[in-house]
Amino acid sequence: MFNVFKYEFKMLRNSLLIWATTYFSIIFMMMVFYPTFSADVAMVDKIMENYPEELLKAFGMSSGLSLATLLGFFSFTFALTQLFIAIQAANYGFSILSVEEREFTADFLMSKPVSRKAILIAKSSAALLGLWLSFLFIWISSYMAMEIFKEGSAYDVSAFNTLIVSTLFFQLFFFSTGLVISVILKKVRSVLSFSLGLAFGMYILNAMRAIVGGEVLGVLTPFYHFEPGRILETGKIHWSMALISISIILISCLTTIVLYTKRDIHSL
Amino acid sequence: MNVIETKQLTKFYGKARGIENVSLSVKEGEIFGFIGPNGAGKSTTIRTLMGLIFPTSGSAEVFGMDILKDGPKIRSEVGYLPSEVFYYDKMRVIDLLKYTAGFYKKDCTVRMHELADLMELDLKRRIEDLSYGNKKKVGIVQGLLHSPKLIVLDEPTSGLDPLMQKKFFDIIEGENKKGATVFFSSHILAEVQALCNRVAIIKDGGIIKLDDIKTLREDNYKKITLRGEGLDPQHFEINGITNMTHSQNGQHELRFFFKGDINLILKQISHETVKDVLIEEPTLEEIFMHYYK
Repeated sequence: MFNVFKYEFKMLRNSLLIWATTYFSIIFMMMVFYPTFSADVAMVDKIMENYPEELLKAFGMSSGLSLATLLGFFSFTFALTQLFIAIQAANYGFSILSVEEREFTADFLMSKPVSRKAILIAKSSAALLGLWLSFLFIWISSYMAMEIFKEGSAYDVSAFNTLIVSTLFFQLFFFSTGLVISVILKKVRSVLSFSLGLAFGMYILNAMRAIVGGEVLGVLTPFYHFEPGRILETGKIHWSMALISISIILISCLTTIVLYTKRDIHSL
Repeated sequence: MNVIETKQLTKFYGKARGIENVSLSVKEGEIFGFIGPNGAGKSTTIRTLMGLIFPTSGSAEVFGMDILKDGPKIRSEVGYLPSEVFYYDKMRVIDLLKYTAGFYKKDCTVRMHELADLMELDLKRRIEDLSYGNKKKVGIVQGLLHSPKLIVLDEPTSGLDPLMQKKFFDIIEGENKKGATVFFSSHILAEVQALCNRVAIIKDGGIIKLDDIKTLREDNYKKITLRGEGLDPQHFEINGITNMTHSQNGQHELRFFFKGDINLILKQISHETVKDVLIEEPTLEEIFMHYYK
């Protein structure tokens, strides 16, 4: 089993480097503008007033925190980062099991003395380790960006940390739903389109919720369950919503185990 | 002892039939042939035994262990070579073989290099740069490097040139002499005929004949050819005659299979005026065609 884990993790190395670069770029390229924004609070607030309310809502910019505050600006930065986190996690979820069948290497792997469960555990552990390293990297990058660009303004570090830690659930949501969809379907032809679809789908669902108002549309999307604006404002994870995500994660994992251990692997 | 034993093994893909009530047993130390045309269910049977697909009903045991419960334990002593081989493209041959060896508890390094040398395999190349035949060689090495007790081959020779085929069969025979049981599916009869002790013929998802190669061929079937003038097929409407063909260019020629008391047919032949009589053992190919009628 360790054999498989080692191989799988090795396969992730390049992907992890690319994602690390992506996260670093997003966070720093956004935060670098913060000093300009904070320099003229009044002007920023005025500019924002000129935008239609719906547009601001759709981008999560109409919450209690002003873009001119450090956490307000970071919440906007992190909402975008979340979109990429979702794509990465969904991508791993969709690909790790389906790749063996798409490239017909499942015959090789499964004729070896490993059980399906062991394969599932080894592959998931490798992917989760990858996601966890990405999470650490995001944390460090965000913290560095905050410290470099804060321009002397103090911020609520515990709220900041709470938001970052919520990423772990957020990743799990997209990873496990990716996994379960990949074992429900007979074949995943293009991992990228599936992962973009799931990530953007959830993102747009939350944007629509913001425009329409109310919580109904947000029930299913982790972009709402772990909305950066709210976590930074209240300093707390919105547990009643987060629990929906956690339930979906658990159901997805269990369903994946049941389906994958009984899955027929077809030859060419 | 039976190395493989299937009981009423059945697999449906949704409504499509894979195999139905396949019962067969493979004894320890034998080379067992599994013949049938494409789509008859050879691969379905093998993939079920390997735990790649799951039976709809029935059961199967390998080394006396249930394929559903003890899959990993069974597979630690099984070497499998599928008909189409696919490996991780980005890996080098040596890495793939080491990855394979990592699945087994014993040290396989020596055997791995022996086999690679024998198959003239370049270990440094990337899988994606290999030709089809070379990939197949990788398949052979990775399937045998742990000296398995059971070797499962699913149409193994496609893509190998005759020289390599010979080498491959030599290796398989060598493993068999060392005690390995071989389960070998093919639609090429000559291969099976040359290598196997016993065969099962599968058609439309079911076993239609399971026999010794020798009995299958003997089975009292004779291929009889008569040449002469005035031969009338109607004189040969005897029980036991099948596949009668009658051709007439210059002289009559009758060909048929006969199964039964040989005296009966000899008596009938002696009534005829024949120029030439040929009584032969049918080839497996012909028997095979016969069963497939």
